[in-house]
Amino acid sequence: MLAFMASDSEEEACTERTSLMSAESPTARTRQEGAEDTAPWRSLDGEEDGAEDPDQPVCSGLPGLPPGPDEELALKYGAKHVIMLFVPVTLCMAVVVATIKSVRFYTEKSGQLIYTPFTEDTPSVGQRLLNSVLNTLIMISVIVVMTIFLVALYKYRCYKFIHGWLILSSLMLLFLFTYIYLGEVLKTYNVAMDYPTLLLAVWNFGAVGMVCIHWKGPLVLQQAYLIMVSALMALVFIKYLPEWSAWVILGAISVYDLVAVLCPKGPLRMLVETAQERNEPIFPALIYSSAMVWTVGMAKPDPSSQGALQLPYDPEMEEDSYDSFGEPSFPDVFEPQLPGYPGEELEEEEERGVKLGLGDFIFYSVLVGKAAATGSGDWNTTLACFVAILIGLCLTLLLLAVFRKALPALPISITFGLIFYFSTDNLVQPFMDTLASHQLCI
Amino acid sequence: MTAAVFFGCAFIAFGPALALYIFTIATHSLRIIFLIAGAFFWLVSLLLSSLIWFVAGTIIGNKDEPLKKYLLIFGVLVSVIIQEAFRFSYYHLLKKANEGLKTISPFETALSMRLLAYVSGLGFGIMSGVFSFVNTLSDSLGPGTVGIHGDSPQFFLSSAFMTLVVILLHVFWGVIFFDGCEKKHRCTLLIVLLTHLLVSALTFLSPYYVISLVSAYIILVLMGIWAFFVAGGTCRSLKLCLLCQDKDFLLFNQRSR
Repeated sequence: MLAFMASDSEEEACTERTSLMSAESPTARTRQEGAEDTAPWRSLDGEEDGAEDPDQPVCSGLPGLPPGPDEELALKYGAKHVIMLFVPVTLCMAVVVATIKSVRFYTEKSGQLIYTPFTEDTPSVGQRLLNSVLNTLIMISVIVVMTIFLVALYKYRCYKFIHGWLILSSLMLLFLFTYIYLGEVLKTYNVAMDYPTLLLAVWNFGAVGMVCIHWKGPLVLQQAYLIMVSALMALVFIKYLPEWSAWVILGAISVYDLVAVLCPKGPLRMLVETAQERNEPIFPALIYSSAMVWTVGMAKPDPSSQGALQLPYDPEMEEDSYDSFGEPSFPDVFEPQLPGYPGEELEEEEERGVKLGLGDFIFYSVLVGKAAATGSGDWNTTLACFVAILIGLCLTLLLLAVFRKALPALPISITFGLIFYFSTDNLVQPFMDTLASHQLCI
Repeated sequence: MTAAVFFGCAFIAFGPALALYIFTIATHSLRIIFLIAGAFFWLVSLLLSSLIWFVAGTIIGNKDEPLKKYLLIFGVLVSVIIQEAFRFSYYHLLKKANEGLKTISPFETALSMRLLAYVSGLGFGIMSGVFSFVNTLSDSLGPGTVGIHGDSPQFFLSSAFMTLVVILLHVFWGVIFFDGCEKKHRCTLLIVLLTHLLVSALTFLSPYYVISLVSAYIILVLMGIWAFFVAGGTCRSLKLCLLCQDKDFLLFNQRSR
């Protein structure tokens, strides 16, 4: 799910149009605490905004710009934000593809997850198809149940439980999966490493990751950790999901994403709405945020909001692996004060950023990784899926700019990706192969 | 068949395109998006042409060697025609998108058609080059002896040069084509299509690289000159640029002081 970090001047109350997108806007004003501490953490990358690039249709923001007609706002989230999402998605996919192509461990079949109990080693095609559909049904129902459970916990304010759950899952990802990954990479390149060094390395990596993701850290480091964590999760899926089940699951999960985010009673939509009613950010963990935010000279801290807002991260991705809804990935997402406040030294950056759920990263990478692992077209298939996913993301962001509410990011990209995977693998690859062997150029 | 061959061929084939990307496109978000959209359009055109080739192959049924070759030639020609058709449709899409951008945000400067022509040509070219060459490149990393069965030992090198020429040609064709569409000169479009067909047809002489490569490069130079004049260059501006006396260079120098 994509959501905007809401723009400054949404003065209207939570109308239907704005309710799903301005999740962070009212809350940010209360999260003044740590403004001074966090200011040095923020990267000032957004500064390049200053150079008026005639190519960008983005109005580089005057925070004082009143909410003009819809059309004017429609392109405030423009090309720059698309690229700000292209880069991490590309990086995540690159990590996954590089690992798949070099480390043999992730393409070896060695068992399946308990969520996909039916085997695909069956004699007939029909049986295999049936098994993969059943696997998908089980997986999707697990995901649905987990989501509903999470939404229920959130609704009944069981924050401590969620907190604990999130910390446990991120511990597992950052330590155990990293250890396994590192082990396999070292095995592939035949590099010896002693246990003390390994312990030190994994401990440092994991501890810094926990701090960055769940507490405060430099934005770039946080983004890097989120990308790595998504890549690790995607690799786990690629390894343990059987062939056909993986494709059917990808299709089913995009349908689920569509339903969950857009239907009025969809769990994800309810989650976003509840968060907005309470003026809280949604779980600050499962979202990659692309904004470069930096505020200086904000009002004094608001300690009362501390508990409610410090929702920890939720990298419970093996259970909530759909996760495509946005959460502020750092607890201190700021919003400039409304420009009417006089005397406020507003040195905020143009802080409109787009958020993309980590589940989207994971499933994009699963698609491309599976294409790299099993596509007979080798690099052609991988590249085709990559371009298809990027174009899907671009279209989704265009829709986001037009509709300005939280949207599912999976359906369009995964559809394009699946179409291009199957067609490239079966049609384009033989054609290009034959051409290349005769050295013909088209 | 070592890293040397891999890197050498990779940089021969993709070096100029990478340089063009880094210096002209990488810092502008909108251009990147149009580049990827262009690549996507090329991909769809390839998909369509592979489908046609596949269907034709299935219809014909059992194929022996000369029939396969004819089928391939048919596939190549159809593919070229479809690529140019998709370039045409991309032109119309860009035109509409530009209009849309202008109406939505009138105070934004939309990209000029010439710039879009260049970006789309580069997108087509990069995708085309990558798709033709990347599998060959990855094979060149592995062990093997080139030409052990009597084929030419210059397989990789000539493929790399061919890829390079195709990428650059796509850039020039893009510029010329869009200009022809803007000025409604049908003959320009026809010439682009014919030169594309010619370059593809030249590759049929595949083991005789000299003819195909040299002719392709001659066509490249001609197209380059044509594209230069179409894009608004003049001999005078070229001279000023080469002597570092053009306005941009002088302004840049002043600014950096």
